Amino acid sequence: MALLDIRNLVVEFQTASGPFRAVDGVSLHVNEREVLAIVGESGSGKSVSMLAVMGLLPWTATVTADEMSFNGRDLLKMTPAERRKIVGKDMSMIFQEPMASLNPCFTVGFQIEEVLRFHMGMDKAQRRERAIELLTQVGIAEPAERLNSFPHQMSGGQCQRVMIAIAIACNPKLLIADEPTTALDVTIQKQILDLLVSLQVKYGMGLIMITHNMGVVAETADRVIVQYKGRKMEEADVLSLFESPKSNYTRALLSALPENAVGDRLPTVSDMLFEPAAGVA
Amino acid sequence: MSIKVVEGKNIKRDYHVGGGLFRGARTVHAVKGVSFSVDKGKTLAIVGESGCGKSTLARIITLIDPATSGELFIDGNKVDIARNGLTKEMRRKVQIVFQNPYGSLNPRQKIGDVLGEPLLINTDKPAEERRDLAMKMLKKVGLGTEHYNRYPHMFSGGQRQRIAIARALMLNPSLLVLDEPVSALDLSVQAQVLNLLADLQDEFQLTYVFISHDLSVVRYIADDVMVMYFGEAVEYGAREEVFADPKHSYTRTLFAATPRADVASIKARLAKKKAA
Repeated sequence: MALLDIRNLVVEFQTASGPFRAVDGVSLHVNEREVLAIVGESGSGKSVSMLAVMGLLPWTATVTADEMSFNGRDLLKMTPAERRKIVGKDMSMIFQEPMASLNPCFTVGFQIEEVLRFHMGMDKAQRRERAIELLTQVGIAEPAERLNSFPHQMSGGQCQRVMIAIAIACNPKLLIADEPTTALDVTIQKQILDLLVSLQVKYGMGLIMITHNMGVVAETADRVIVQYKGRKMEEADVLSLFESPKSNYTRALLSALPENAVGDRLPTVSDMLFEPAAGVA
Repeated sequence: MSIKVVEGKNIKRDYHVGGGLFRGARTVHAVKGVSFSVDKGKTLAIVGESGCGKSTLARIITLIDPATSGELFIDGNKVDIARNGLTKEMRRKVQIVFQNPYGSLNPRQKIGDVLGEPLLINTDKPAEERRDLAMKMLKKVGLGTEHYNRYPHMFSGGQRQRIAIARALMLNPSLLVLDEPVSALDLSVQAQVLNLLADLQDEFQLTYVFISHDLSVVRYIADDVMVMYFGEAVEYGAREEVFADPKHSYTRTLFAATPRADVASIKARLAKKKAA
């Protein structure tokens, strides 16, 4: 059975010029121990669909779906209070900008322990012990001292490690990483990706990797969904996507990679009409 | 013979961090003696991780900050802004495009004024002529004259980066410093901006100093590559040389860290995963 199963997800925002459809009929599923990558440029609705799953969208958004279930439970019929018990515990998310998503007013120790207090009901000593264990797991040196640091005292890569520690604090079944390495250097990016994949293998989590970087997809994913303007363009396992892309949008995206450049100019993704690959829609 | 547009000899830059009540003053050596030269119409790429001094070097080349020691030559003339100040003529020769197109444009300034301002400050061209030049430049970077009266928030990231490039080109500079111009952009938009830069280089015989941490972009655009690590140039040479035979261990680390998107490496990764 799929860990997360979404069928025909539609997200609309109420704007001054009428409703805007950010996600238009996307279906996806993730199994346990699987890495799914969602690729697309900004505005393709890849983050919004995952925020809808987490229930983190503002009230202006209308979320409808034929089915949205996590671990056999229907997310659409759940009360907000029930949902709060799942979000952050069994299903957690790492956000794009580590510096901006940590609270600057609290120490990283407080922010890690907060999750443990709400979801696991641990006492103070247990929480501290677990927080040190988590920081060691994500590869931060001197974890006990680092718990007292504020986010501004850490580098971008370290902040992202703290974010990962918060996300995996309750041993989630599903981890959603929203552009986890976009703000980071290549060497740090490599470290963070290796860390995420090793944790995923170790705990058998399902991992959804949202990215616009084809290199990251190639290095991590088992299966890939390509999204464009809120619609699913293609779904394939990683090898067949890179070997023989079905949709012309995927082909355009792959040929825009600088390392695939032939001759003097890079082909660009212009505003031509892209059709989803046959059998996806 | 090719003309050297910019040349640096043993450039150093120190920052003094003032001490407080509990801490003594110290000196940070941001750039520790870097030498380079770029010929007309060529591109030098500077690669390195954050904090390695590449942006400091960019500020020195752009004549924003003076070097602590070392010599900088622009178009063969020695430039020392710490001693002799900066003339409008020198300001005209070197221009910069910053990393973040969302932060580098004034949100309350119309695009027409953004483009006209370098001319207003550095030349005595009348308003009519400034307007015409700005319109021409808009078309050159792939925007339209209808964009003249719009504000930055009405543009996408790629379009804003085009505007930033247009602003840098208004004074017909001979050297353009590009500080991570495409790292904030999506893959497809990145390709458009890189194409635009290549076209402009051909048209105006521009010289680029291209700062980046993305090796796939560097491999595509650069003629020469310099790898910086903790303020030192650990590797400097022609693109093919550096990519084919990296000498320094840091360069090799950098290459190993770059994600590879070819079919062969995906197959290798999947095979490894299956075995584990």
